[in-house]
Amino acid sequence: MALKTEELVLNMGPQHPSTHGVLRLLVELDGELVVNVKPIIGYLHRCFEKHCEALSYNQIVPYTDRLDYLASMSNNLSYVMGVEKLMGIQVPERVEYIRVIMAELQRIASHTVALGTYGLDIGAFTPFLFLFRDREKILDIFEATCGARLLYNYIWVGGLSHDIPDEFVPMVKKFIKEFRPTIEEVNELLSFNKIFIERTANIGVLPPDTAINYGITGPSLRGSGIKWDLRKNDPYSIYDRFEFDIPVGEGKVGTVGDSWDRYWVRMLEMEQSLRIIEQAIDNIPDGDVHEMVPKRIKAPKGNVYVRAENPKGELGFFILSDGKNNPFRVKVRPPSFVNLSVLGELSKGYLVADLIAILGSLDIVLGEIDR
Amino acid sequence: MYDLLTNLLGNQIVAYVIAASLPLIFVLTFVLFAVLAERKVSAHMQDRLGPMRVGWHGIIQTLADMLKLLQKEDIVPEGADKTLFNLAPLLTFLGTYAAFAAIPFAGIYVGSSTAIGIYYVTAVSGLVVAGLLLAGWASDNKYSLYGAMRTAAQIVSYEIPTAIAILTMVMVSGTLSLMKISDMQTAHFWNWWILGGPETGIVKFLLIPFMIITFLIYYISSLAEVNRTPFDLPEAESELVSGYHTEYSGMKFAFFFLAEYANMFAVSAIAVTLFLGGFHSPIGYLGHSLGIDWLVPVEQFFWFTFKGTALVFVQMWLRWTLPRVRVDQLMVICWKYLIPYAVVNLIIVGIITLL
Amino acid sequence: MKTPEEVYNILKEKFGEDVILSYDDSQPVEPVISVDPLKIHEVGKFLRDDENLLFDSLMVLSGVDDFNGKKVKDEEGNMKEEGRTLSVYYNLHSMKLNHKVLVKVSTPIEDPKVESVEHVWRTADWHEREAYDMYGIIFLNHHDLRRILMPDDWGERYPLRKDYEDPEYYNGMKVPY
Repeated sequence: MALKTEELVLNMGPQHPSTHGVLRLLVELDGELVVNVKPIIGYLHRCFEKHCEALSYNQIVPYTDRLDYLASMSNNLSYVMGVEKLMGIQVPERVEYIRVIMAELQRIASHTVALGTYGLDIGAFTPFLFLFRDREKILDIFEATCGARLLYNYIWVGGLSHDIPDEFVPMVKKFIKEFRPTIEEVNELLSFNKIFIERTANIGVLPPDTAINYGITGPSLRGSGIKWDLRKNDPYSIYDRFEFDIPVGEGKVGTVGDSWDRYWVRMLEMEQSLRIIEQAIDNIPDGDVHEMVPKRIKAPKGNVYVRAENPKGELGFFILSDGKNNPFRVKVRPPSFVNLSVLGELSKGYLVADLIAILGSLDIVLGEIDR
Repeated sequence: MYDLLTNLLGNQIVAYVIAASLPLIFVLTFVLFAVLAERKVSAHMQDRLGPMRVGWHGIIQTLADMLKLLQKEDIVPEGADKTLFNLAPLLTFLGTYAAFAAIPFAGIYVGSSTAIGIYYVTAVSGLVVAGLLLAGWASDNKYSLYGAMRTAAQIVSYEIPTAIAILTMVMVSGTLSLMKISDMQTAHFWNWWILGGPETGIVKFLLIPFMIITFLIYYISSLAEVNRTPFDLPEAESELVSGYHTEYSGMKFAFFFLAEYANMFAVSAIAVTLFLGGFHSPIGYLGHSLGIDWLVPVEQFFWFTFKGTALVFVQMWLRWTLPRVRVDQLMVICWKYLIPYAVVNLIIVGIITLL
Repeated sequence: MKTPEEVYNILKEKFGEDVILSYDDSQPVEPVISVDPLKIHEVGKFLRDDENLLFDSLMVLSGVDDFNGKKVKDEEGNMKEEGRTLSVYYNLHSMKLNHKVLVKVSTPIEDPKVESVEHVWRTADWHEREAYDMYGIIFLNHHDLRRILMPDDWGERYPLRKDYEDPEYYNGMKVPY
């Protein structure tokens, strides 16, 4: 007699330790083997795009903070660049320098969370806290600058909300000096740990053409070996003035585009961000941090799509203006939203434990997926 | 011990009860401190302070936690099999606790100085699997079920290298009695079995590397048997939420917790007894040199707890350092590496003892 | 590297004026190429595969409620809206040739049907589901057109339409609070 078998449907989330928020995964399992994964999202939907249509251009900035709440500064930057492009505003040099420094600090902060929680997903607890200790220092710098630790509302249309304080430069320099040893520490403890490599190498291999077709961006795309970074390929702000490399996945311990590569690209990117900050920090020109922008911004009729290289990938804002005080339509292209859509294809045929490893390596934030 | 108690109290039953509850007191005290130690060890490894509020440096934090667990509502899921659900934590703890009966804590105290001590311990700790399997099955929760299936596969597999390692020790020492094995390693630390035991000459030196291998095999597989990182798959927080005890709360959860920590000490105690001289002091007794007889058992108890705790510390250290292996890798480690090594090791040690 | 105008001319040559409807460069930043909504998948495939264009990445796909209806009186004298359209904007980019173009399709709100480009760019999968969820644009030949952010049982209400009003109750829960 043939045994009758059927797949077990496991409902992972929205409350689950490693779905990185309120993501729900409908997983069909054959024993420990993943047959099918269906991500179900929308549990954190806050009507961001609807709100935008009722707010003035300035008022939207704090709402963008809440998209990718681990990289608020970068969200601000991307949105603000869009409005400035639409209105044709040139911001002062000083502002550009400070924005770049902030965005790079934010990138490091976001990557520390990504790498730390990835360790957690694999079962290593300690690197998580080591990285959080250093993220705390970045948050201290931000707090000294604008008073907030998570949602800053710092980068405004045409400028910044505050100028940097006097202790900003020494604080950043101190941080750079203290952070480099942490990278090495984490490499020793996690990156080249035999068990960690066994768990992540050759798992969830994302071929480059699939990655492009799915629109994967950021470290996940670079993990597949594609040298693509908006800071270099489609330069915005003043990134073309700095020297830095684009780390790509090389399949150092497994295949190009596996989970370990995505992890490793983030690790190397932190080093590159430090380099950019080092180049920028000594050259901040003097001047004002507010361009003359009217209180009530009226953007001309038209459309604009701007994108910036966020820690998680390409964050884009498609802004449609009808010439009134409020934007007619704001559409966000959240990197995590697009990156998550590949999960189903990526994790078929792996084990449950691998599913978690793959999900962690994509580094998603539900705040911007659900908006 | 019984004779002493029987003579003292004049009643055999009372004597038995007292003798049986002594390990319980020890286990409870140990768990109380082990939980705190785990939190403190992890905290200091991670640049944190750990619990600091309850008492001096959080020293009575675990007591407060116990109090909290006692007051918690006892939730039984609607679809759960009530009888089995309630039985599982007890069975788990029972299996662990029963193992303590044959562990010699000191020269004068062993629950039962049975001649087949190590055999009994191996057998009775198998009961733990049944408890965990029941817990996972009775919870009516998919995560629990997965945890339980993993536990069963893991513990049953890893019992084989454990048993072979123990068999090696039984072979070299020629006895199954834990008391006798302990007494063989008396006097000085170079009499420990990990350093070749009381053998002399060429045999001792030939034995040393293979004894170390045996110890490592035993220690690694014992880690898997007590579900500690890197083998904590049955609980695997990031995948299975909490594995087999996902649905447990309050006192029943506390029982699992108790069993886990008691089990950690139990396997360490066996390792200590087999390899590290048991309760014997590595450097001789103060009581003997001072001529105070009652000091000797106290010293023995101290050394036994000290060595056991040191091994438990290593378990904690590993937990906060290593990531978790995957379920297929777990099986590969066991069947492709540990078991073949253990068997080859057994044969070589057998040949050496024939010399 | 091609300018949007060159892309428009190539497209017009290939598909003709019936498909490639218009070119609007009155915008301050990006000109818009309008395309027939029922032919967009063919245009998309061409844009992706033609060796002069190679638009291999769909940066973003946004649904828009144009809200351009004109109030007219019908025979019975009731006011009704006419000519209102929903649009979908496709921001395309070529990673190999590094040029960008903005393509737009418009479809009447009464029967909003657009061909899906999900098979051309997999990015479009979730973006189209979102446009369907928020505007009720039906993407033909989409393999899995379900709501994505709103609950499945939200009904025939599309929150990002300009005339959207909250329902009084949702599953017995009061919505406005």
